Amino acid sequence: MSMKSAPRLTLYLLLAPAILWLGLLIVLPHVEILILSFSERVAPRVYAFGFGNYLEFFTEPLYWRTFARTAIMSILVTALTLVLAFPIALYIARVARGRAKAMLLLLCLLPFWVSELVRTLGWMMLLRETGVISYVLRAVGLADQPVELLYNDGAVILGLVYGGLLFMIVPLANALESLEQAVVEAGFDLGGSRWTVLRRIVIPHAMPGIVAGSIIVFMLTVGNFATPVLLGGKNGLWFTEQIYAQFITRFNWPQGAAFGMLLLLLSSAIVWAGLRLTGQSLGTTLKQA
Amino acid sequence: MAHSTDLDLVNIVKRFGSHAAVNDVSFSVAPGEFFSILGPSGCGKTTLMRMIAGFEHPTSGDIRIRGRSMIGVPANKRPVNMVFQSLALFPMMSVGENVAYGLICRGVSRAEAAERASRMLERVGLKGFGERRVTALSGGQRQRVAIARCLVLEPTLVLLDEPLGALDLKLREHMKIELKQLQATFNTTFAYITHDQSEALVMSDRIAVMNQGRFEQVGSPRELYHDPATPFVASFVGEANKWRGEATSAAGGSIAVRLPTGAVIQGQGTVADKETLAFVRPEAIALAQDSSALSGLPNRFEGRVSAVLFDGANSSLLIDADGFEQPIRAVLPQAGPLAGIRVGAPVHVGWTANAMKVFAA
Repeated sequence: MSMKSAPRLTLYLLLAPAILWLGLLIVLPHVEILILSFSERVAPRVYAFGFGNYLEFFTEPLYWRTFARTAIMSILVTALTLVLAFPIALYIARVARGRAKAMLLLLCLLPFWVSELVRTLGWMMLLRETGVISYVLRAVGLADQPVELLYNDGAVILGLVYGGLLFMIVPLANALESLEQAVVEAGFDLGGSRWTVLRRIVIPHAMPGIVAGSIIVFMLTVGNFATPVLLGGKNGLWFTEQIYAQFITRFNWPQGAAFGMLLLLLSSAIVWAGLRLTGQSLGTTLKQA
Repeated sequence: MAHSTDLDLVNIVKRFGSHAAVNDVSFSVAPGEFFSILGPSGCGKTTLMRMIAGFEHPTSGDIRIRGRSMIGVPANKRPVNMVFQSLALFPMMSVGENVAYGLICRGVSRAEAAERASRMLERVGLKGFGERRVTALSGGQRQRVAIARCLVLEPTLVLLDEPLGALDLKLREHMKIELKQLQATFNTTFAYITHDQSEALVMSDRIAVMNQGRFEQVGSPRELYHDPATPFVASFVGEANKWRGEATSAAGGSIAVRLPTGAVIQGQGTVADKETLAFVRPEAIALAQDSSALSGLPNRFEGRVSAVLFDGANSSLLIDADGFEQPIRAVLPQAGPLAGIRVGAPVHVGWTANAMKVFAA
């Protein structure tokens, strides 16, 4: 073996796990799903190429309405998460010092030591008709009969925002931390109000973090399954449920594959639109995340 | 109504816990004056500046701008603007937006703000730079943007917090002159803080020397240099030979100091204590090849050159003289019979009693 090819071989060996992982678990299944999505069942166990699965999506209102609802609610959840996370991240990055900062980040991280399913079940215990909140409301006399807080859009949004918060706080806090204190002071010194400094200096500086956090939260939300199912019940109507139903309940894999591709297209399109709208590039955003 | 001073600090004290960062400081700055606060790092000058800007609040005392007390007035409502040490330009804005920022904060329309910003950029020599990113500017240009951003607001007072610190030597020398010229053209009052005595001496009308939270002396650059009021000022401002000794006789302002080796030197000062410190500037030391040339001087010693420190116009000689534990520093003559003097050469040194300032240690 020549001296030159040895480092090259090392490089390939080091890259091998990543390439295998990408190839076998991401690229290959997606190619398979893409092919699957274009096959129509013409007779039992007989499949032919066709766009029927995609046509089905557009002709059946339940499907595309669920799809649109998932997109709109995910955007709403992302926006709510951003609004809630911004002051928290601002506090962690610019006010808290030393141990307090580490403690606060740990507090944000702590719920993630428990599985998502258990956390969601926790919300169910709080929100259900016989749950803690309902009980407290009755005990203080604000309600005269059990209150059902589960199985509505509010509960779904609450659960999704809760699940996304950490993934918004971390990139935001990172972005805000790199803002030089003197730049903020200069903003005040030249006559800026708190609002002006926030709008013209802090937010533009945090933009890569905002976009990075939003992309992560949006992706997690759109693709979430447990939270809408458990907290929304029959009213959850999340698009992932449709995919699940096609694959598992109806055993119509081609239809499920088509839905999967549509969901991938949707999230890609919205991420692209978000990047264009904020004038950020994927590169700077990924650095922030 | 015009006020006779732009800035007055009255008995300002700032404590952090039990430590007094600024301890009972009072001074006034006249309109159009270039006033510097000179001191070593940690002397409290930055705290003082931040109190004037409104980022820190004095524990006691009053800050008045054109006679109006600034206590309780937030930073964004004070007629004071600051050039930060790091400059703190807004990287998310263009050069023009940086300069227009303050005007827009005041409610000036965008079009007018842009117009005034571009006129201001022209005055500081950055015509046509409005559209550029601040990251695309050189150190000197960034400096000018930082100053333009303040001056466009026509503040009563501009505060400058060691803005030349980050520049390289050549540019720093150049910016010193440029800052002074800008200040003269705009006729704005500048308060400048620095630990670099040369910056303060070159640019200022008056300098306050600050040490451990207090002002040691306030005066013109010449006064500080030639007539230091305290041993700290004598050693901090400019170069000086410093000797510790005992006062032996004092009469009518002149004083004799006996060094630990027994040598006696004559100087000026009124000292009650026995322990004294004596200071002589290197340029006040006269050099000669034979002692007769120095016969009129009360302090005359014989020695040998121990080192030649060549540094262009700042070159100096170190001379080991009889009776002195440390070498005496003198300016290297660049012309005349001693111009080519080398290490080991015998030389006579002397100085007048006026040139030596004696303080209680």
